[in-house]
Amino acid sequence: MCDVTSRIASEKKRELEGKEESTIPARTFVPTADIYEDRDSLKVILEMPGVDKGHIDVRVEEGVLFVEGRLDLTKYRGLQPLYTEYNIGNYARSFRLSNTIDQDKIGAELKDGVLSLTLPKAEKAKPRTIQVS
Amino acid sequence: MITALVDPFEALFNLQRALEARLASDWLQDQTTSEGPFPPVNVFQQDGDLLAIIELPGIDKGSLQIEAKENAIRIAGKKAVSYPEGVSVHRRERVAGEFDRTISVPVQLEADRIKAEYRDGVLALFLPRSERDKPRTIPVS
Repeated sequence: MCDVTSRIASEKKRELEGKEESTIPARTFVPTADIYEDRDSLKVILEMPGVDKGHIDVRVEEGVLFVEGRLDLTKYRGLQPLYTEYNIGNYARSFRLSNTIDQDKIGAELKDGVLSLTLPKAEKAKPRTIQVS
Repeated sequence: MITALVDPFEALFNLQRALEARLASDWLQDQTTSEGPFPPVNVFQQDGDLLAIIELPGIDKGSLQIEAKENAIRIAGKKAVSYPEGVSVHRRERVAGEFDRTISVPVQLEADRIKAEYRDGVLALFLPRSERDKPRTIPVS
């Protein structure tokens, strides 16, 4: 385990820059991500505070992982902002995968605004130990 | 579904306008006795009371410490990010560490009636304004 225990500062949310404009006028932000790999799978951890289970889309298309999270903005109805430090909007991010992923076995778990994706490597992409005779 | 599309964005635009206007207002400036501005806080008004919405993804509820007194709220805790042993880390963007932040608001709060709710990585603090702090309507005779 490697824990980081220093004082932290929050970073300004990065806005998604895309070639296409979206049809709705909401802003889209890039969720912060951690990615790590073990022998069997690739793990992608994304922070999307405020997004619930029903508003997440995960898909892999032509070797690219797309993740989208939509915020339920109805909760903000009737609220008058007095002081603000962060902006709200939807989340979207995509990654080009360097491994071949077994798409049928992708696992997703959402807990406290953190989405954990387990992308199992396809059998043929797993490393093999070659016996030297 | 149409109403859900029309109304919420109004709230979003209000928030975005407020964020852009932030530099022009000195409310809360130099009042926070914190090391760094983590976690980020938005404060809203709702029927005369205040509502603070704080983004804190991936926190253990039990590690959160919230204290309130008169017109200040302190939020302290620890955000831990860990990786299993023997993996190769490709990307590391999530921040981790300890935080301790005090927010002062320009109204007296009813400390006993403050409610805290943590859901989907967002902490909502319902901050009722103290009854004796609320404005009274003065009848003109």
